[in-house]
Amino acid sequence: MKIKIALAQFNPKLGDIQANLKKHLEVIDQARQQGADLLIFPELSLTGYALLDLAVDAAIRPHEEDPVFNALLAASENLDLMIGFVHEDRRHRFYIASAYLADGKIIHIHNKIYLPTYGMFDEGRFFAPGDSVRAFDTRFGRVGMLICEDFWHASLPYLLWLDGADILLFASASPGRGLTHEPRLSSSEWVEHTNRAYAGLFTNFVAHANRVGYEDGLNFWGGSTIFDPNGDLVVRAPDFESTLAMAEIDLNQLHRSRARLPLLRDERTVLVARELERILGES
Amino acid sequence: MIDLTINTELAEKILVGFIRSELGRVGFKRTLMGVSGGIDSAVSLYLSTKALGPENVLAVRMPYQTSAPDTLEDAQFMIDDLRVQSMTVDITPMVDPLIQYYKEMSKIRAGNIMARMRMIVLYDQSVPFNGLVMGTSNKTEMLLGYSTIFGDAAAAIQPIGDLYKTQVRQFARHLGVPEKVIAKAPSADLWEDQTDEGELGFTYAEVDRLLYLLIDQRYRPETCVDEGFEPAFVERVVKLMQKNHYKRVMPPIAKLSQRTIGYDFLYLRDWGT
Repeated sequence: MKIKIALAQFNPKLGDIQANLKKHLEVIDQARQQGADLLIFPELSLTGYALLDLAVDAAIRPHEEDPVFNALLAASENLDLMIGFVHEDRRHRFYIASAYLADGKIIHIHNKIYLPTYGMFDEGRFFAPGDSVRAFDTRFGRVGMLICEDFWHASLPYLLWLDGADILLFASASPGRGLTHEPRLSSSEWVEHTNRAYAGLFTNFVAHANRVGYEDGLNFWGGSTIFDPNGDLVVRAPDFESTLAMAEIDLNQLHRSRARLPLLRDERTVLVARELERILGES
Repeated sequence: MIDLTINTELAEKILVGFIRSELGRVGFKRTLMGVSGGIDSAVSLYLSTKALGPENVLAVRMPYQTSAPDTLEDAQFMIDDLRVQSMTVDITPMVDPLIQYYKEMSKIRAGNIMARMRMIVLYDQSVPFNGLVMGTSNKTEMLLGYSTIFGDAAAAIQPIGDLYKTQVRQFARHLGVPEKVIAKAPSADLWEDQTDEGELGFTYAEVDRLLYLLIDQRYRPETCVDEGFEPAFVERVVKLMQKNHYKRVMPPIAKLSQRTIGYDFLYLRDWGT
């Protein structure tokens, strides 16, 4: 089975959900016209990233009666969508979240688990951390979603892999940093190495949508990618440019890669659980 | 290893985008800046021209009577080279009445008066030119506090504020700044024969290496000494950074209410744009 994945590398307007919804619908139209099956938007694509006190104003209760969600659900007929938003739960906790929408339904919501609150980041001040990670079924097989700092922790992609995800969908609003003599920023190189490593180590597809644009002095570097189960680059969007990157992936590659390299078959999960219990018991 | 080399093409790409974004999102497409003939304003001028086009850039020369004549010529050479818009405002008749108002006047006070008068001229011209004032400060001088608060430190945006002086020099070559401007001794030119390095007592090349360890690499001061820097030099630089931190932050507001600007009223400057 071959599917076309589109990565929406775009620049949302800070805190303006209506303007961003309009942009989403335009990009969705464009992706549909180009035959995409799945369209991935970056982290907080409906709101922009450095919201600070705007976070609570930009929050959405994700259900059909919300006009923004309703419009996106309607747009998810025949084109699966992963969108980024501020999730307000029933108890009015605010999360950085991604929702997977298909055929007018919310299939899954992932609340960002690791909120960077160090250095230039202050997410933990404004958001609640998610507390679960789950793979879920789609018409393309089982997939898993993570948001930016989530995949700086190897445990989460690993858990999704064990939970059956063959395609990892990553969303970021990654501020560019680390200007050296190299042609790309250190942050861009680091994230791309990580994505490639997960693809190769898990013999999985890894698709990553990262935003572009500026918020105050922060630049967002784009460079969205898809890696295949051999760890080979399928597509890389240009750095710093708004674009809709698109590539066809062949899900049969999973068969071929795992026949050659049975890392999933040989994974010693019971051993992992046992040793983890021991380590946690000792601490 | 201390390597301050930057990829200048990447720096240009990010900073050109930054200038366009920060101006454009508040409805501007033009910028203006004081052009002294020195390297920082030269880099800012060449960079702004790449970002916005020469017709959208105003270079303002603001000499005082003691300003070195060759700096005016160098500024004019760059204005002609880039074909940006330009004007010359002699600040002597504006600052002299204040300087002469007092019986005694130190060099520092007179220098600050000049720097602040230039700020007034730029912010005034920003209205008829319909542009935002471009800051031309680099990371080294910001960290050392080698600037006049509300004078040259006043600006709408600071594109080269995360580049050390050494990196500004490298960037200048990439942008095509004339070699004469790059090679000359950096000077605030607030009094005759003033040079930055003379006044500071160390070279930018030295201090940039130290600042890179202290700031970018998060070395402790004592570890910098282990790395071969003189203890007195390290101590002096750390003190300069601390003493001048007030120039880098907004004035503190005394908290009284439940929600106070700066503490729990937090928005980006780009809020609403």
